Amino acid sequence: MMELLNSKQVTTPKLFIIAGLLLLVTGMLWGLTGGLQYLVPGFLKQYLSFEKVRPLHVSSVVFWIIFAAMGGALTYLQQHTGRKIYSPLLIRIQFGVFIFSIMVILISYCAGVFGGREYWEFHPLLALPIALAWVLFLVNFIRSIGSFKKQPVYVWMWLTGIVFFLFTFLESYLWIFPYFRNNVVNDMTVQWKSYGSMVGSWNMLIYGSSIYLMDKISNSKTGSHSKIAFILYFTGLFNLMFNWGHHIYTLPTHAYIKHISYAVSMTELFILGRIIFKWGATLATAKKQFHKLSYRFLAAADAWIFLTLLLAIAMSIPAVNVYTHGTHITVAHTMGATIGINSFLLLAIAFDILNDTCQPFEPYKKIFNRGYWLANVSLLIFWISLVSAGIIKAKWQMSEQRIPFSSMMLQLRPYFILFFVSGLLLLMGFILVIYPLVKNQLACYFKKKTKENKQILFYPSAVPGTE
Amino acid sequence: MFSERQKIIIVTILVTIFTVYSISLYLSLPVKGKTVAPAVSKGKTLWQQYNCNACHQVYGLGGYLGPDLTNVFSLKGPAYIKAFLKNGTATMPNFHLKEQEINSLLAYLQNMDATGKADPRTFLISNDGTIKQ
Repeated sequence: MMELLNSKQVTTPKLFIIAGLLLLVTGMLWGLTGGLQYLVPGFLKQYLSFEKVRPLHVSSVVFWIIFAAMGGALTYLQQHTGRKIYSPLLIRIQFGVFIFSIMVILISYCAGVFGGREYWEFHPLLALPIALAWVLFLVNFIRSIGSFKKQPVYVWMWLTGIVFFLFTFLESYLWIFPYFRNNVVNDMTVQWKSYGSMVGSWNMLIYGSSIYLMDKISNSKTGSHSKIAFILYFTGLFNLMFNWGHHIYTLPTHAYIKHISYAVSMTELFILGRIIFKWGATLATAKKQFHKLSYRFLAAADAWIFLTLLLAIAMSIPAVNVYTHGTHITVAHTMGATIGINSFLLLAIAFDILNDTCQPFEPYKKIFNRGYWLANVSLLIFWISLVSAGIIKAKWQMSEQRIPFSSMMLQLRPYFILFFVSGLLLLMGFILVIYPLVKNQLACYFKKKTKENKQILFYPSAVPGTE
Repeated sequence: MFSERQKIIIVTILVTIFTVYSISLYLSLPVKGKTVAPAVSKGKTLWQQYNCNACHQVYGLGGYLGPDLTNVFSLKGPAYIKAFLKNGTATMPNFHLKEQEINSLLAYLQNMDATGKADPRTFLISNDGTIKQ
């Protein structure tokens, strides 16, 4: 029975996740290179200066998030419907176009060709294939789902994520028209409208898959049909659409944008309150389910959601934002969200999906445990070092004494060292966690069946032979 | 439980408000009717071409390796900026910019400087948590 339920094929959605994992490791290596450039001024300046390394890092990790989010949604969509995807060919084309585009994008940075936007940027021509591949994703999703009646909340979230990503991605290229580009304030207003909502879009995809996974672990579908699930979804959608203005409180743009954003962001207090209210139940579940590897990442992400949301809500108050804006506290928030929440949730999804039993996982459990704890502890140190550096920069920004920028950067040096070392440990932790997963997939791919399904540690896929 | 009808109504209302909000913003951007000199436009293209945002911030948004450049023109003056653009620093590469490119970047920085103040010390904090520039 288990043999039937477990798909040993390396399907295209799985390839999305495997490629994403490789991009995560690559992206973190670029991040460490950038970290070294903070510590050793002029390091690689002639060949790979910081303006090249930063987009290499950012695009690699953003594509990790997007790839794994697509792979997760495409796999779970098939498990949810109990049917194969509408067009496996479209997924393969989507995958091929994405891989080709990413390769060209990463090479273009090395060659000094940029889009020059803050923060996710590449040449506008390279946005075209990505947008087209995304349209294929949308078509496949809509045709595969069939009827949208009585669907659980995660289907709503996937559809929202796919549609809004496409919209915000296209919106982020409005700058190519002089009408939007000519004035820096206009340009930045529209840019942060799109980028602010784009993050919400990929969050919708990831959170949707995470809710599906939680249903699977708890073996119950009541949660994803419940009223509270939809209230949280509507709150998320409301924030995705209207809270982007908190990025530009200090920009001399329309005041109403800031007021709307401030008010909307405060609705996140409801989510925060619910996390605190449910804390006891969460801990009890964690104790029960902690042996399940997927669940461990969900539990870690839960803690990071609390911490990141706390910081996000504080930063959404303009009076607080004026201190934190432009400092490393913003970076700490981004790292908490992209690593602590997005990456941990995606690793939970990856561990659930890449669950083939070509090789028993038992020999790797020790390595996994070490990697898991190393990643969590080093991420906390990494986050604290950024918050600390941010506090010093905030004091510098507000000080009446005009201390030179370079002197302030020297003061931050101990925190940059801590940031680099913890970043290195974080990478090591992730490699220890990812290594057995990818190795298992390669074993499946090359059909190196060692022993027959010795042990099943993960949840089986529901549909045999899905794409 | 929400009924299917209720869910669709809520999402439709949100999407409609979002669409109206987006379109009205596109049609009434914060700064209107100011034509920019070709040098400013060229400067902005160069700013993006050399990916200056990777290291520098504008209104606190951008990289953290170099300083915020929103008001560098009025704070430091063109000669100071020119020296950096010509030679680079220990961290910043020398991009071997041509004189015309340097002038275009200066024009862009001057234009940016005129849009407002980015220094957080100049903001007034109100009791309701909002800020005024």
